[in-house]
Amino acid sequence: MKTFYLRELAHARAGDKGDTNNIGVIAYEPHYYPILLRQITPERVKQHFRGIVKGRITRYELPKVHAINLVMEGALGGGVTRSLSLDPHGKSYSALVLTMPVEVQEDIAAELMLKGRRPIGTEP
Amino acid sequence: MSTEPRRTRTLRIGAGASYAGDRVEPATELAARGNLDYLVYETLAERTIALAQLERRKNPEAGYNELLADRFYSALPHCKKNRTRVVTNMGAANPAAAARRTAEIIRDLHLGAMKVAAVIGDDVLQYCLNNADPLKLMETGQPLSSLEGQIVSANAYLGADVIVEALRQGADIVLTGRGGDCSLFLAPMMHEFGWGEDDWDILGKGQTGADMVECGANVSGGFFADPGYKEVPELWNLGYPLLEVERDGTIVVSKLPGTGGIINRAICAEQMIYEIHDPANYITPDVVVDFTGVELEEIGPDRVRITSGCGKPRPEQLKVSVGVLEGWIGEAEIVYAGLGCLERARLAEKIVRERLKIGGVELQELRIDYIGMNALHGEASLPLKEPPYEICLRFAGRVREKRGAVKLGNEVETLVGKGPASSSIPRKHVREVLAIYSCLIPRGAIKPQIMVTEVP
Repeated sequence: MKTFYLRELAHARAGDKGDTNNIGVIAYEPHYYPILLRQITPERVKQHFRGIVKGRITRYELPKVHAINLVMEGALGGGVTRSLSLDPHGKSYSALVLTMPVEVQEDIAAELMLKGRRPIGTEP
Repeated sequence: MSTEPRRTRTLRIGAGASYAGDRVEPATELAARGNLDYLVYETLAERTIALAQLERRKNPEAGYNELLADRFYSALPHCKKNRTRVVTNMGAANPAAAARRTAEIIRDLHLGAMKVAAVIGDDVLQYCLNNADPLKLMETGQPLSSLEGQIVSANAYLGADVIVEALRQGADIVLTGRGGDCSLFLAPMMHEFGWGEDDWDILGKGQTGADMVECGANVSGGFFADPGYKEVPELWNLGYPLLEVERDGTIVVSKLPGTGGIINRAICAEQMIYEIHDPANYITPDVVVDFTGVELEEIGPDRVRITSGCGKPRPEQLKVSVGVLEGWIGEAEIVYAGLGCLERARLAEKIVRERLKIGGVELQELRIDYIGMNALHGEASLPLKEPPYEICLRFAGRVREKRGAVKLGNEVETLVGKGPASSSIPRKHVREVLAIYSCLIPRGAIKPQIMVTEVP
């Protein structure tokens, strides 16, 4: 197993509704999707978003487009319109989720490295 | 039921805007060479309409989109020539005034006979004030009457049905206030193809396509580029998207040849999930959409076919956005650079905290960010490998009275000369908090009306 940033396997977009933020996380390849399902769990996301997400995280699955939707309550400092954050909508949270470390089995790691992606700590 | 002959050929709907201040030129280009049947401008975020209500209070002829004239002067000549109808929520808090201004523009441009429709009735402020005890906030479950600030606006999300009626009455341009964003796109489909208001499956398909373009260029290359990972050609020349809709609900999202940007499966997937919660139950005023079965297929350069969306019966109640004046926010920033900049910024933070205490400023909340280290993601940020060369220290505080917000800015400003060495000149800013809450009201509480102006 090798550890990569989620960024190497998936892309993401975040949006807002009130005090709730949602992040669509989409695997670049269908065979990366099971890694998302196993490792991008609500518990791990909550730990990763420490200090940001105060409420519940619900994960929905969209297998046809090999994506998950992370719905994070209490994530926007009391709501977009009252928040003191520079990013009241949490649109930059898509970049934060992509900093999650994920463990990748050797064959997929080799595939990623062929594309020039590097495991965490071995970047040039 | 209408007896008009129904369309069998492809319907082309362009997305000309996705927020109030959106760029004008790409929409005009769509109008000029998109061979469009409809051009839709979506310009209302949750807060935009509440801000517009405040404008209207100051001036009874204001409260509609500030770029309406810019957009219409450049696009309407093409729309008239190409027989493209326009549907837009640029009416914001004052669709009737927007229609009067639009009629002036049509006369000024000598475009000849056109019908302009204003949709009114989304303003439910009085209803909400009269029912502030029984109405509950969706965010907290507490009654509307429990809000501490001053309620200044309440606008319901109208559905596509009233826009369909305006189109049936022959409107060339439909100006609405608050409505479902997607409804602006769904209405032309319903009107042209004669889709039934309770044909949930076809409405679900239509709304899936609408959802794809209601954020405009976010599906055609905007908010997507990440060099080395997701490349977008000629992002500066971003083309805005259009829908090619078939009568059976098959939809292709595309853009004009010769424009920059990209439309592929990846960006369509991002956009489909954007700002939804349960993908099996995306609630709109017209239909509850199920995205979980949607298939996205690349059928050509910058062309993605969307199939297998479906729908369920629409909700019995309509969502209302309530605008509430809740106090003030003061913000200020100061930059330190060079060796030891972080230590000087930390000292500046300590000084401002102490001086706010000395000045007796009581903030409801104070936030301090180190821009360059942790401003967006706080303690979840990846740590820096070495000290930053420069750092921007930002203060933001929320307070009931304006003078507290002003005082915060002043205490940051006086760091120059009375704080640590070697900083930039601070910038400061004070704004009023217009918070938005949501509640649900029965459909029956709303009586939408259509006002048609005929320009001879």
